[in-house]
Amino acid sequence: MTELTAKTIAELRDGFRAREFTAREIAESFNAAVAAAKTLNAYTVETPDDALAAAEAADSGKSTGSLAGIPLGIKDLFATKGVDTTAGSRILKGFRPPYESTVSANLRKAGAGMLGKLNMDEFAMGSSNETSAYGPVISPWRRKGSNVGLTPGGSSGGSAAAVAADIAPGATGTDTGGSIRQPAAFAGICGIKPTYGRCSRWGIVSFASSLDQAGPMAKTVRDCAILLEAMCGFDPKDSTSLDVPVPQWEANLSSNLSGKRVGIPREYRIDGVPGEINALWDQGIEWLKDAGATPVEISLPHTKYALPTYYIIAPAEASSNLARYDGVRYGLRVEGVKSLDDMYSATRAEGFGAEVKRRIMIGTYVLSAGFYDAYFTKAQKVRALIKEDFRKAFEQCDVILTPTAPSAAFGIGETTDPLAMYLNDVFAVPASLAGLPAMSVPGGLDGQGLPLGLHLIGNELDEQTVLNAGLAIEERAGFTARPEKWW
Amino acid sequence: MVSDYRIQGETGEWEVVVGLEVHAQVVSNAKLFSGASTTFGAEPNTQVSLVDAAMPGMLPVPNRECIRQAVRTGMALGAQINKWSRFDRKNYFYADLPQGYQISQLYHPLVGEGALEVLVDEKDDASAKTIGIERIHVEQDAGKLMHDQHATMSYVDLNRCGVALMEIVSRPDMRSPAEAGAYLRKLRSILRYVGSCDGNMEEGSMRADVNVSVRKPGDEFGTRTETKNVNSVRFVMAVVEHEAKRQVEVLESGGQIVQETRLYDPDKNVTRSLRSKEDAHDYRYFPDPDLLPLDLDDAFLEQCRATLPELPGAKRKRYEGLGITPYNASVLTAEVETARWFDSLLDAGAEPKQAANWVVAELFGALNRRGESIEASPVSPQQAAELLGLVADGTISGTIAKQVFEIMLETGQGAGVIVEERGLKQTSDTGAIDSEVDKVLAANADKVAEYKSGKPQLFGFFVGQVMKAMAGKANPKLVNERLRAKLD
Repeated sequence: MTELTAKTIAELRDGFRAREFTAREIAESFNAAVAAAKTLNAYTVETPDDALAAAEAADSGKSTGSLAGIPLGIKDLFATKGVDTTAGSRILKGFRPPYESTVSANLRKAGAGMLGKLNMDEFAMGSSNETSAYGPVISPWRRKGSNVGLTPGGSSGGSAAAVAADIAPGATGTDTGGSIRQPAAFAGICGIKPTYGRCSRWGIVSFASSLDQAGPMAKTVRDCAILLEAMCGFDPKDSTSLDVPVPQWEANLSSNLSGKRVGIPREYRIDGVPGEINALWDQGIEWLKDAGATPVEISLPHTKYALPTYYIIAPAEASSNLARYDGVRYGLRVEGVKSLDDMYSATRAEGFGAEVKRRIMIGTYVLSAGFYDAYFTKAQKVRALIKEDFRKAFEQCDVILTPTAPSAAFGIGETTDPLAMYLNDVFAVPASLAGLPAMSVPGGLDGQGLPLGLHLIGNELDEQTVLNAGLAIEERAGFTARPEKWW
Repeated sequence: MVSDYRIQGETGEWEVVVGLEVHAQVVSNAKLFSGASTTFGAEPNTQVSLVDAAMPGMLPVPNRECIRQAVRTGMALGAQINKWSRFDRKNYFYADLPQGYQISQLYHPLVGEGALEVLVDEKDDASAKTIGIERIHVEQDAGKLMHDQHATMSYVDLNRCGVALMEIVSRPDMRSPAEAGAYLRKLRSILRYVGSCDGNMEEGSMRADVNVSVRKPGDEFGTRTETKNVNSVRFVMAVVEHEAKRQVEVLESGGQIVQETRLYDPDKNVTRSLRSKEDAHDYRYFPDPDLLPLDLDDAFLEQCRATLPELPGAKRKRYEGLGITPYNASVLTAEVETARWFDSLLDAGAEPKQAANWVVAELFGALNRRGESIEASPVSPQQAAELLGLVADGTISGTIAKQVFEIMLETGQGAGVIVEERGLKQTSDTGAIDSEVDKVLAANADKVAEYKSGKPQLFGFFVGQVMKAMAGKANPKLVNERLRAKLD
């Protein structure tokens, strides 16, 4: 029998239902694997008792939901009642919310237990997990013949590493400008960001409200569909939540893409992207053709403005969203100061890391009197144009295929220039600005033996086509590579 | 009407220009973006939701009742209602502002232009003046700092934090302290009619930022100062008066007015500078990405309009149409409680003109004496209608009615019962009246002689004597008739 921790969520669910093993056995296997993988630094908090309690409920028949018996890792951006929720920041060290985020509560309602809280870039700002106040997550993957520590990507790096290292069968992530998809690509797993508004943002520590969206990260497309169904749903506590029914994505999975048109945006052929990545992209087109789809060349003319637009809007919203971390009511407070202003300065200087400070300053700047129109208003206009690009593109195609990231995973400490780091999300950001569903699925390994992902962008609320195209790639890519256990 | 209010300076006359930004707390059970209660005077931090305390990951959800109240207010002021509006964040750090921003409406307010017609002098219709309303937007109130709880620290009470406010911004259309006072009184009256704000200035549910500038009559507007959080009509008038004088003094001594925020000190009756424009915050307003734009449909607007009460202007006209004097109509409609009471009195069948006179003279007098408000009147409109009915149908005289009213105030008994039990019914028995008339004339033969020799003003004396002898119960009309018959 395959080790339980190596199984997919679908396999665990079906095996548990068929009484091949108990939920307790599942939970204990993962708890043990988590405890043995501390080197990866994927978890900031371990909650084995939580996983066991949910298993007990499943075994006793008290919980019968779609995720009964399945333990999950929860990104530390989700508020979890009574369990430390730090957003990877020193300023929230020791913060235990008296409430549970809607998404994690939905997963619990479906029967899932929690293995622990997953490490992440501070306030989800980063593409390598190096901005976490609790130290970087180390990817389970290594370059062929090297023992250099690699990043799992970010910001949902703990989630990606945990799934890749078999210390969680699935995990929650959040994606503001690629934070689910880029780490999924780096770690050789699947991850989907649904349409903006599908998942409630209530109880998720805000980074950039108009972009933040939760989604699942798991080994397979099917697992993503299972988790996504449990996570989504209208929430009256989030004004931006969509009041639409949650489709049965898993039941409707089909890799037959006959009649579907796959858009290939010419603007995503950019300089400096390794040939291996473009080759995989071409391979992906062939796979989708094989599944019955017709490739069409499309144009998304404002693509080149997406990254700068994102780096105005996201920091602007963040600069305001993060104002609440002021030392007055919860989290870190630096004492021994003379005035309220001094307390703010000292607390925020000590509580926030360099990348968070950089983005707060950028955001403050672009909203300032005299600069607002030149930056923020302009960025909002460009964002509308980018949305319009996609609207027009989806008149010609049903799903768009691109690479997920312009590189494979890089070494910890290798990328020090913030702008170079921001480039990681060049392919991911346009879909975020447009609020569209998008997914990364593993396509193959590069020459160094590191995973590369393919990126599918769907039309508004059409997660099904994204998942189906993902499934078609998954079936044809035959991606079975696993990181060799070194930890 | 053009104001003739002028400040006499050494260089001549100056005119004051006033605009008011009134912050009115919206009447609603819950806060603007959270379900927490809004009751005044609760223990500190007992009415605070996770949203109000800006806990991580908490999101605002607009309270439709607050929006409804603001729309109704806009409608009552005849203002443009913007079906599409949006919330913006006003960013600044302060300990009473947990989010680090106030959710307000800068770019697209809920309510646009309107107007308010005020009477600067309530007794003079010719003193009417129209004050423009620029906009009404909806925003969150902040919490409250408590500096007297600890030797070295300040405490924060978040009960008020997140409570809905309407900011009602006037045009700079006022030209005197009296106009500013009249505007604020009228606005307060309308808010209370609509029921969108209780207008309680002592509890802070209504406060004004007073914008004042001065100019030589006919010149361009001068630089203005803004005096924040003034919490009574009297203080607003004082601020206008003193700030105008101060500005004239500064300008005439060669100085310049700086655009600044000032505070009013009611104890010393002065305003002092709080911060100048140079220290002003850059609020970095931007659309709140946690909230969708407000998109109001016609059904909602129709429902708002359908629940608007009769407003003071219309009510006043209706009263005048019933034969009530313009002065009485104005007094009866100034406060919504008075108007409600009076409407109940009319509903109970009282004759309008007589009822209006009685309320303004008798009821107000009694309530004043007793220090009671009309809502707490010991005599109900139905009881008053009974009393007035007894006068109207001749059962009792006006004089007896006064006595009966006093007894009603003391005992709470009904007028009919009092009249019955105490035998106060008016008599129209001509035999009895004739007999008393004869006695009075006989006992005052000297005065009868004087009367007949050309002192007709003595007639009242005889009436009084007869009424006195009959303990006020004689029908005065008959007494007059019988006396005339005997004397003339």
